[in-house]
Amino acid sequence: MKETQAQSVPFVSKCGRFGPYGGRYVPETLMAALEELEAAYREAKEDTAFQRELDGLLHQYAGRPTPLSLASRLTEKLGGARIYLKREDLLHTGAHKINNCLGQGLLARRMGKRRIIAETGAGQHGVATATVCALLGFDCVVYMGSEDMRRQELNVFRMRLLGSEVRAVNSGSRTLKDAINEAMRDWVTNVRTTHYLLGSVLGAHPYPEMVRDFHRCIGREAREQILAQGGRLPDAVIACVGGGSNAMGAFYEFIPDKQVALIGVEAGGRSSELGQHAARFRGGSPGVLQGTYSYVLQDQSGQIATTHSVSAGLDYPSIGPEHAALHDAGRAEYVAASDSEALDACVMLARTEGIVPALESSHAVAECIRRAPQMKKEQIVIVNISGRGDKDMGILTRELKL
Amino acid sequence: MIAFAHKPGLVAYLTCGDPDLQSSREIALALIDAGADVIELGVPFSDPVADGPVIQRASERALRAEVSLTQVIGVGAEIRKARPKTGLIIFTYINPVLRLGLDGFAKRLADAGIDGALVTDLIVEEAGEYISLMRSRELATVFLAAPTSTDDRLRRIAEASRGFVYAVSRTGITGEQKQLAGDAAELVRRVRRFTSLPVAVGFGVSNAEQFQAVGEFADAAVIGSAIVALVEKDGRNAAKAVEEFVRALRRQQVRANSIS
Repeated sequence: MKETQAQSVPFVSKCGRFGPYGGRYVPETLMAALEELEAAYREAKEDTAFQRELDGLLHQYAGRPTPLSLASRLTEKLGGARIYLKREDLLHTGAHKINNCLGQGLLARRMGKRRIIAETGAGQHGVATATVCALLGFDCVVYMGSEDMRRQELNVFRMRLLGSEVRAVNSGSRTLKDAINEAMRDWVTNVRTTHYLLGSVLGAHPYPEMVRDFHRCIGREAREQILAQGGRLPDAVIACVGGGSNAMGAFYEFIPDKQVALIGVEAGGRSSELGQHAARFRGGSPGVLQGTYSYVLQDQSGQIATTHSVSAGLDYPSIGPEHAALHDAGRAEYVAASDSEALDACVMLARTEGIVPALESSHAVAECIRRAPQMKKEQIVIVNISGRGDKDMGILTRELKL
Repeated sequence: MIAFAHKPGLVAYLTCGDPDLQSSREIALALIDAGADVIELGVPFSDPVADGPVIQRASERALRAEVSLTQVIGVGAEIRKARPKTGLIIFTYINPVLRLGLDGFAKRLADAGIDGALVTDLIVEEAGEYISLMRSRELATVFLAAPTSTDDRLRRIAEASRGFVYAVSRTGITGEQKQLAGDAAELVRRVRRFTSLPVAVGFGVSNAEQFQAVGEFADAAVIGSAIVALVEKDGRNAAKAVEEFVRALRRQQVRANSIS
């Protein structure tokens, strides 16, 4: 494993660790709730009735399995590897986020908690949470940075339409990180009655593991589909990485298949200067943010840096701890795509395939556009289209000036 | 050293570097001279998830001046020189500590003559290396006990703590509140089953009445946001207001004692 910059890692428990990463760094008040959640999750995982209900909802409500589409015209245009798209954008609510929200929603009901809180960046997790709360009859409060509310206003309205309260967060950079701080403050206050429906593979144990498990279906389906449609395993799987839930879901089933390259794409933003991007493996170092030990963009004295990305869903200074472990072990490779590369990729996919990807997913498409032409024609790439771009029409209108 | 000479003891928190380090030093000395037993030197952090709006704003002000953990320890060293006997602990989130390195952190605290630390987001299970490094330099490790902590956890928290145990009065974040939760007395009773260390109650203790009420069942009360709010109001001239605030607490205390 690669040498990291941290001088020491204060852990004794192996619980919730991916190599040195992960763990539980929270105020004591939350520990009872985390232990309760972990126990409930372990039970539910073994409970066939729970799994049957979840599978039923994923199938009949959310729209799983999602297709694996051969992108013929994009493949032809790039002139290299054959490109397949895993179509999480076709799920109900427009992104992969619903997988996790249905799982945690059923868990909350199992624990007898009828008030749900969540954070959201792009609004996709907020919308999926609001949707599941409407479906299950829960009260729902979503915290969202006021900067993100401005750039994703359509999703703010959707959450309110679904009966959720959206609370604006005006601290810090007014984006995802600050929304999580505020959700944690709510949780620590209302912990006895409230479930925190965290939306990525972040936070204290058991969240990173649990959220990954709820998204494993992405990679499981993709693996079966590519074997059926392409006749063999892919050479690469590409996914964007904010906190990293869609990427963990897409990667996980392929981890034992050593010949499959796993490529995570971070937000390169405007430049590589601290504060101008959200590429944690390009300038970040191990540290603790919001409950977990992972790579963090921070300054010399351990203050968390501000970040920038055109896509609100990738605009976050830390990354899921399991990605940190995959990175250090060399099992996954992490690259960055800039704002402008992502915008160009969004347009190219729209015009070659008739699919408008979310700006987050556009980062994965951008890496595919760079990589596919250098690959052989018989090679196969799967790109996870984690969400659709409908929510981004405001930004796209401003940025593209078509 | 950490000892509670007064009854009840007073643990006074301030966010260091708000409005600047020199003022924090003066405020701390004023707090000590007015009757604080232990000073918690708060380290500003960009993402203070356990704190309410008052301390969040103080952290933001201190961070605008780029105040770091190393500088806060420096202020601690100065206070130690000026007041050799008062209890001094660093109150921080874990990330700035990791950035310095656990061993470097413990060494600097010992060199500065600081008595110990409380790391808000470090639970006992994750604290093994921290505890042993702090112990090797005879530094106190104060841990939080919460109303939601199970007996098993309280036992581990009591065993891991040195100096005192910090009992969180209610579920929630730091900040003033009108009424002290009934949770607090019960929690102190439960903590005492596992330790003979002093127990200080914090989160939401902000006036003389609450201070006295806590004195009925705990060894000490922690006052933080009420002090930080005075600093927010008076800025560089806050030492006087802060000193007067603590003297008033103590006067009411004397009055109450003489009535009873």
